[in-house]
Amino acid sequence: MSVRTLPLVFINLGGEMLYILDQRLQALNTSEDNSEKVLNDIVGAMFSKDFMDELLKPQQLYSHRTLKTVLTRLAHASIMRLNQASMDKLYELMVMAFKYQVFLCPRPKDLLLITYNHIDTIREFVRHTPVVVNQVDETHRKIIEIYSSLAEGDFQLLRQTLLIFFQDMHIRVSLFLKNKVQNPNGRFALSPSGPVPHGIDVPGLIRMFDRKGREVRRGEFPTGGSYTSPIRQGCFALHGNRVITLGMNMYVGTVLTPQETHTSKAPSVKVTDDAPNLLAKEELNLLARLMGSMKAEDMPETETGFRINLFTSDQEEEDAGASGGAEQCLFGVINIQAMQDEQAATQLARIAGQFAEGGEMPEELSSSKGDDLLAMMDEL
Amino acid sequence: MAADDAKAVLLREGSSMYHKEKSIQIKNSASALYNNLCALRIAPRRLTYFTVVHANVVNMVSASWDGLNYSHRQLQSKEPNVATSTSLIMQAAFCSLPSRDLLVVTSQKGIQVYESDGSIMVYWHALDIPETQTAQAMFARGISAVRDSYICVGISTGAILVFDVPSKGSNITLSDVLEGHKESITDMASECCGGEVCIADLVSADDGGNLCVWKSGEEFKLLNHIPGFDISCSSVKLWKGTVVAGYGTGQIRLYEAVTGILHAEVNAHARWIYSLDIAPYSGLLLSAAEDSLVRVWHLTMTPESQSVEIAHLHNECVTDTQICGAKFCDADGYAFAVTGYDLSEIIRYTQS
Repeated sequence: MSVRTLPLVFINLGGEMLYILDQRLQALNTSEDNSEKVLNDIVGAMFSKDFMDELLKPQQLYSHRTLKTVLTRLAHASIMRLNQASMDKLYELMVMAFKYQVFLCPRPKDLLLITYNHIDTIREFVRHTPVVVNQVDETHRKIIEIYSSLAEGDFQLLRQTLLIFFQDMHIRVSLFLKNKVQNPNGRFALSPSGPVPHGIDVPGLIRMFDRKGREVRRGEFPTGGSYTSPIRQGCFALHGNRVITLGMNMYVGTVLTPQETHTSKAPSVKVTDDAPNLLAKEELNLLARLMGSMKAEDMPETETGFRINLFTSDQEEEDAGASGGAEQCLFGVINIQAMQDEQAATQLARIAGQFAEGGEMPEELSSSKGDDLLAMMDEL
Repeated sequence: MAADDAKAVLLREGSSMYHKEKSIQIKNSASALYNNLCALRIAPRRLTYFTVVHANVVNMVSASWDGLNYSHRQLQSKEPNVATSTSLIMQAAFCSLPSRDLLVVTSQKGIQVYESDGSIMVYWHALDIPETQTAQAMFARGISAVRDSYICVGISTGAILVFDVPSKGSNITLSDVLEGHKESITDMASECCGGEVCIADLVSADDGGNLCVWKSGEEFKLLNHIPGFDISCSSVKLWKGTVVAGYGTGQIRLYEAVTGILHAEVNAHARWIYSLDIAPYSGLLLSAAEDSLVRVWHLTMTPESQSVEIAHLHNECVTDTQICGAKFCDADGYAFAVTGYDLSEIIRYTQS
């Protein structure tokens, strides 16, 4: 559907990721220097010109697996190391937060305001590092340039594409449950009350006209809700009051107590799924381009990054890692180790090599599929 | 407001015009797409087919009128083995022609036409997709049967494809391409009043809220163009020469099709409207939106003033749900069905 989703997806999901990491780093009493370095490195990688340029090309939104792979790589652009279970839970939290924002977005165009809320907070995180702030500003300008020409219908298509992407995910997030924005069944609360979005009239009025266009009658009908006048419009410029609070850092001032995340019952029939070893050629190409465009960390092998358990005790991490995967495409990281021998010199293999730690199980590729992958990599 | 109108409103507020029935479970949840529910009544077999789109799959359920038998079928978009996201379905709709009923499924790749029970695909039309990805998304959306033998399908470029359908067999041919819109087609509808003679046969709507009114024939003729206000018209209906249009602003507007005269404007919903439907025998109108509300209205023709009036009858709130499809199950509007984003059921309501 929409070919303009990727930049917004990465900025918003990446933003949520940074909110969670920031809060968690603080909760673990990480030194300010380390915290700042982690956030700066991730933001620097995410808002790098090359990476953003790749995202800004018109293209389809692919699978959760591709997204998770790239976001994991972004997280590892810092000295922090997350194990598989942490990354899985982090991804679930990020996606549910973004799903909530997209679902409740008042007007489709307000997706931009939600994105700008993320960008504003990201800018705050890295405010002591002018180089990175510049990258963020540059990206923000490009987003404004490209998206300000889209019509509301295009934004609704974008939103519908995202909603399909999030479909059937009802993971319960303790913070959402506590704030009553999510029900115990995992669905978000939607109330027929409150201010209507900017540009929409409060429902209830019927107007009739004669053949000359003059209003001849007015009537009211009961709306079954309690709506109030619209809020003012948020600012779509580089800086300004966004008015909408969706996309702001909801973890500020909270203690992130990540309870076990629950998944709702899996749908009874699996639709065409990405079997673990089967990625569409276009999707693999996208993945390769995105990975290649990220600055490879010149991390000497001797320097030890620091590991953090994002959410649970070590025991729970192990248990979580051992349990079966949830539905949707939350499988393990794609293994491209088949390439290591053939193309050890390529940047991609080097990046992939940094990936494969912490006991991620290599997926067995049948020889023919392995050859296909090799052939595709050769074409790059 | 006239006294008897006020009385009518109070009366309806007190009693409940419809009550909820047992829902039909479907195999997947509904996707957030406009007009995402279609119903076809098969009177001789005392059953109704429903279709609901989920990503790259159409869920079909055949429900017997006695409520005892349900059978399910799933149709996939063509080329299902590629990445899900490149073969998303935009809409599925039944097209009823005098000689046959067909099911049309539109996607990013093209247009599939099935027998109405989904058993056989009788025709496939591939969209002209450019080699390299352009800035514009490409897909087909907006489906309508017109008169005796046409099926019209809209494209994201704004073009409308007209297919000529034989009374049986698969020899469907593309007979015309209509250029009336510059923006992506959102929905289309043909005149549904049945026997009466009407001038306009088809109305098409686009993402800019523009409406085109057509007369069918060997060459379709554009009768009128009703400009929009830069807000999508997501759902449109044509009844007794009146266009009923639902917009992203939550408004419903009634226009005289051939002249473009605005009869009425309703601030109907607080969010984007996703679906409209009309029960042609009774003039009941159904509107459903992202605000979780379904509303039932009544349209009356007033020949003296050569106008159409709209009155509100009933509301249903589907808690915490952004509704994406709403359809009457019969031509009187005795029952209607509703689908919502992320819901794996078809909710049904019947008149009390």
